Amino acid sequence: MTILFVLVPVALVLVAIALVGFGWATRGGQFDDLETPALRALRDDTDAPRDRPAPPANHSIGRAPSKS
Amino acid sequence: MASTVAEPAVAAAACAHCGLPVPTGEFDPGTDQQFCCHGCRTAWDVIHEIGLSAYYGTEDRRGAPVRPSGRGYDEFDHPAFQRLYARDGTGGLKEIDLYLDGVHCASCVWLVERVPLVVPGAVSAELDVPRSLARIRWDPSRTTLAAIARFLDQLGYPARAFRGGRADELRRAEDRRMLIRIGVAGALAINVMTVALALYAGWFGAMEASYVRYFRWVSLLLSVPAIVWPGRVFFTSAWGALRARRLHMDVPIALALGAGFLRGAVNTIADTGPIYFDGVVTLIFLLLVGRFLQQRAQRAAADSAELLHALTPATARLVTGDQVSEVPVEGLTPDAIVEVRAGDTVPTDGIVVSGRSNLDLSVLTGESRPIAIGPEEAVYAGTVNLGSALKIRVTEAGETTRLGRILRELEAGMRRRAPVVHTADRLAGFFVAAVMVLAAATWLIGRRIDPTNALDNAIALLIVTCPCALALATPLAMTVAVGRAAKSGILIRGGDALEVLSRPGKLLLDKTGTLTEGRLALLQWTGDDASRSEVLALERHSNHPIARAFETAWADQREVVPEQVEQILGGGLLGVVNGRSLVVGSPRFVLARAADPDRLAATLPDHLTPVLVARDGRIVAAAGFGDPIRPDAAPALRELERRGWTVGILSGDAPSVVAATAEALGVPAARARGGATPEEKLGVVEEELTRGPVAMVGDGVNDAPAIGRASVGIGVRGGAEACLAAADVFLASPGLAPLVALVRGAERTMTVIRRNIAISLGYNVLGAVLAMTGKIDPLIAAIMMPASSLTVILISWRSRSFEAPR
Repeated sequence: MTILFVLVPVALVLVAIALVGFGWATRGGQFDDLETPALRALRDDTDAPRDRPAPPANHSIGRAPSKS
Repeated sequence: MASTVAEPAVAAAACAHCGLPVPTGEFDPGTDQQFCCHGCRTAWDVIHEIGLSAYYGTEDRRGAPVRPSGRGYDEFDHPAFQRLYARDGTGGLKEIDLYLDGVHCASCVWLVERVPLVVPGAVSAELDVPRSLARIRWDPSRTTLAAIARFLDQLGYPARAFRGGRADELRRAEDRRMLIRIGVAGALAINVMTVALALYAGWFGAMEASYVRYFRWVSLLLSVPAIVWPGRVFFTSAWGALRARRLHMDVPIALALGAGFLRGAVNTIADTGPIYFDGVVTLIFLLLVGRFLQQRAQRAAADSAELLHALTPATARLVTGDQVSEVPVEGLTPDAIVEVRAGDTVPTDGIVVSGRSNLDLSVLTGESRPIAIGPEEAVYAGTVNLGSALKIRVTEAGETTRLGRILRELEAGMRRRAPVVHTADRLAGFFVAAVMVLAAATWLIGRRIDPTNALDNAIALLIVTCPCALALATPLAMTVAVGRAAKSGILIRGGDALEVLSRPGKLLLDKTGTLTEGRLALLQWTGDDASRSEVLALERHSNHPIARAFETAWADQREVVPEQVEQILGGGLLGVVNGRSLVVGSPRFVLARAADPDRLAATLPDHLTPVLVARDGRIVAAAGFGDPIRPDAAPALRELERRGWTVGILSGDAPSVVAATAEALGVPAARARGGATPEEKLGVVEEELTRGPVAMVGDGVNDAPAIGRASVGIGVRGGAEACLAAADVFLASPGLAPLVALVRGAERTMTVIRRNIAISLGYNVLGAVLAMTGKIDPLIAAIMMPASSLTVILISWRSRSFEAPR
């Protein structure tokens, strides 16, 4: 059982590595928003959209002012 | 603002974009696709044109009509704007966080993040759904931010700059730090526990002394980082409480952690006696989890500047000479002349210089009827121009407007609010004192009886009675309840609301949009039914709310084309239909053009807005308009009263209208108050607060100060943003039935919490007795401590506090 004197420190080193990884992921913001990535995965990109110019300036879609 | 929404009358077809029923007025038999409104049609066209029709492939789409603002977003390209909100990214790119209205589903994420494929020059778009923020990166040499914003607007996601960046960044950094602490404490706790398990197992069998010593030293080494890093939170908090001479739950926690760790360390070095490391480290982990849950649920106080930004337009049409230019509202000074077109939101407080129109003041007053306005009359920022263009002279802009002042009051009210004392916290005070006295007694008395074990017994008492389960009892049950409630459309911010709602008190409800549907509808019609299609023929040519209510009510009438139509602002409509002259409008307007005296108008009750119809100079019909009461309002109020709540109505609408609504709902007239300004509503809530807890339910900005000040503020579906920011609870499904579900759920949640507290106290009493009599050894302590927490976790998880509404 003397192997324990080696295996326990090895296990602890592994834990330390996992913790460093966790800290890196957290600081990188991977746990900030747990909702959107799940939604993002629901749709896949099958069709590539065609090119289209940006909408022109002052493109008005609002209700037309009444005449009276 | 709900009064501007044309309600679909007949579900003839579903809108091809948003899936809502198409009103018959919009039904076009010539095409396959039907749309409920112009906005949806535009969005549908755009999505197909750019080849993103896959958007329509899934079930999970937004179920709300597209209402583009149609704004030019020119201010987004203003250098001052970009200096304030945009950041410089790598490679000459720019980056900004935009707040988007109306993003909440998987398809929204998909559509918004396709922006770079459609607008050349947009590099990336990333959406954060819970916070409604889109991070846009673009190349300023190839496109403008305004072009991107216009594209998002067309799809029904009006954008505005996100101002709360700094506060948000700080909060996020704190969240991350806390999460890392929990991660570290958790990893250490699991390993210390594993080692402890080996030691306990060795207890029964024979374990060589060298291994025992080895494991004890490993535990010590693992506990040191747990105490100095994640555990430091408790020591600093306890020290702060002691310096302020208060007894806090953290005081015995810090004492238990410190004493347990030091005694364990001494025992490890001396190689005798119990070590408490497993208990100490697990305690740190579980307590941090409880604290994180509580902290995350806490509501942020509303920021009045941010809200003002959301409720008033960012730009105004400044009139200089005969030129009209779009300028940022921040640049407006008093006495400037501003043009407000039909459908626009008034940007500042001011006096009308020229033009006549109808204004929707509901944002300020809660008044459901549009108000006629003319020269020399005052208008306020945030109100909506329903009729025709007005020119106004600016008197106040920005934070000094009436709206700005109301929002400041909301912010101040929320800060004044007394924090809710949780049942667990109240108990913790007694509990802490009792444990300290008992521990001291165990040590002092025990020293005389059994000097060798007295100190260990006292430490065992501190650890085994640690309020771990007590600290977890409330946040866990609340977190589970809040999560379940969100699934059934009740969004709760902070568990405080549940604590307050579990005991009946005074419930004040706003009328417009809360008890009623918040739109104008035809409620009464007396007279000649044959004139309906003729009236409708004229009304189709007006966009007045009354005209829309006629169209909604009579969607099944056959269409008649009038020979002649004329609209008189502030009066009504004149015209010729089927060869006969027809006048529809306010009684004064119609009577001035009719031969016979008014008989029919007298048949209408006071609280309805009257409209008369005259054909060839003879009055043939009278119509009464009002805001219809929600069908589920009366049963909901009955149920709440049965549960002990005192229900009252607090509205800004005319007293006669409020009285009629109260009567219809069976609320005593003494408890229905009308004509209250936002300031008066706040006053009523403050007065009621002196007598007990107050829950306020509302939907408008005029309710926001009262909602922010009340013990619990509840916003209902369709409410204004200011109101939602002030509210603790938001009911996302329409009607008042969710309010009953909320109250019932709050009661059940508190039952679960009380059960949790009882169990954890039971464990603690048992543990204290065992420890004081010296019966406890590390094995029993190690089993009892996590067992009580585990019981509490299981009970909270299995609780059925919020079930899906029937």
